[in-house]
Amino acid sequence: MTEADIAKLGPQAAYQAYLDRGRFMIQRAASTGEFVFWPRVSTGTGATDLEWVEARGTGTVYAATVNRTRSGSWNVVLVDLDEGVRMMSTLPDVETVKVGARVKARIENTPDGARVVFDLMTRDAA
Amino acid sequence: MSGKGPRGRSAIVGMATAGMGEAPGFSAMELLGQAAVKAVADAGLRLQDVDGVFTATSGHAFPTMSVTEYLGLRPRFFDGTNVGGSSFEMHLLQATLALDAGLCDAALVCYGSNQRTAGGRLVSMSEPQWHETPYKPRHPITAYALAASRHMAQFGTTREDLADVALAARAWANLNPEAFARGPLTKDEVLAARMISDPLSAADCCLVTDGAAACVLVRAERARDLPSKPVYFLGAGAANHHRSIVAMPDLTVTSATESGPRAMDMAGVTHADLDLVMLYDAFTINTILFLEDLGFCPKGEGGRFVRDGRIAPGGGLAVNTNGGGLSCVHPGMYGLFLIAEAVTQIRGEAGERQLDACHIALCHGSGGTLASQCTAILGAEAVL
Repeated sequence: MTEADIAKLGPQAAYQAYLDRGRFMIQRAASTGEFVFWPRVSTGTGATDLEWVEARGTGTVYAATVNRTRSGSWNVVLVDLDEGVRMMSTLPDVETVKVGARVKARIENTPDGARVVFDLMTRDAA
Repeated sequence: MSGKGPRGRSAIVGMATAGMGEAPGFSAMELLGQAAVKAVADAGLRLQDVDGVFTATSGHAFPTMSVTEYLGLRPRFFDGTNVGGSSFEMHLLQATLALDAGLCDAALVCYGSNQRTAGGRLVSMSEPQWHETPYKPRHPITAYALAASRHMAQFGTTREDLADVALAARAWANLNPEAFARGPLTKDEVLAARMISDPLSAADCCLVTDGAAACVLVRAERARDLPSKPVYFLGAGAANHHRSIVAMPDLTVTSATESGPRAMDMAGVTHADLDLVMLYDAFTINTILFLEDLGFCPKGEGGRFVRDGRIAPGGGLAVNTNGGGLSCVHPGMYGLFLIAEAVTQIRGEAGERQLDACHIALCHGSGGTLASQCTAILGAEAVL
């Protein structure tokens, strides 16, 4: 799929298609400058002139938990990207993380498709 | 006491529960049916008198149709608004509006679930959120754990504070023979419970029970002619900002900050007027959030507010006197059980846990992952 083909997709499919090509893209409204995540067809103020821009990939952990089951544990975090939007994600290489930690995104390929995960920017794992 | 809008226009004249705790051998609809039949009888009415149906369940795509068919009703007004556990506080408002407009004369609000004996886990029709799925959240607890983590980081709330909520609920449950989880519980036991989603352990989670509840509302002028002591609708308010926890603007502030004042404004009541506060305690953090958001203490102070038995029997504020979702009953959507306890207390039928004077009760329902917030206020005839 070419970038031109991706541009014809709905926002959800386009986001995943970019990820599968190794690009973490989020939306920004040209008229208002608002960033949007997760991808959709309108901003909260109603702007629809959304374009795809490369996410900076840096952010701060807003909230964090560790799901613990008999078959294993994994953390689930909410990250506030520096662009001002929030996303759910995980830090695969640490057990848990402090609220407020600085993190950096990378794309991880899984059997279910590519996903954005994060790593600590400093050694402040909880 | 002055209020607004439909304040005092309707009353709950029949209320019943069925299958509280465990009801082996019964389907969800059978339990709902038992509660409905008992509530209608409590109201001194016949099933055929019901011409308004208000219901939501976790197992029926078209719950008003299913209830109507099962009970052999012929409703001329029905509303199946499904905003999770808060649906039933919303239904009180919808039923009151429909009664007041003459669109129906006897409104049945009902719910039933057999999730405990059917499988022992939370039953949900909730669809996954595509942007969350890659990270395998275990909702609802993951969402509530995220909120708790944020509250702790921002305000210094501790696991001991959360434990105080669980202990207060158990102390009330120990006064309620219908409560499912009874018996002694210590803070050490709560803190040692198995961690499920940090910082929430099994002791921070509501029960998984069976249970059904139903109430019947009529217009206020008709309520006086019926046999049960009427419990009047004084006010209700709703607010909703999100569906996914990712879209909740501030995980420490629910839209109860809006639904509560709306309900209290309609009812014309202040905090000092409230004798009973029923809060949807799916998890211990809920009680803390709703005490703050409904204005019983400043934002961030909820953890300190619940210390030293403040909301336990004999404490300064009567909260969740049935034992709550944590220790009494939680069949998946708990909202109607908040109303059942308020009716029981206002009628003066709460036995060992009866409050000295219970004239006005606030019921606060929460739906989804801290999403839909619906507050309803009920009162005795003396406060009309």
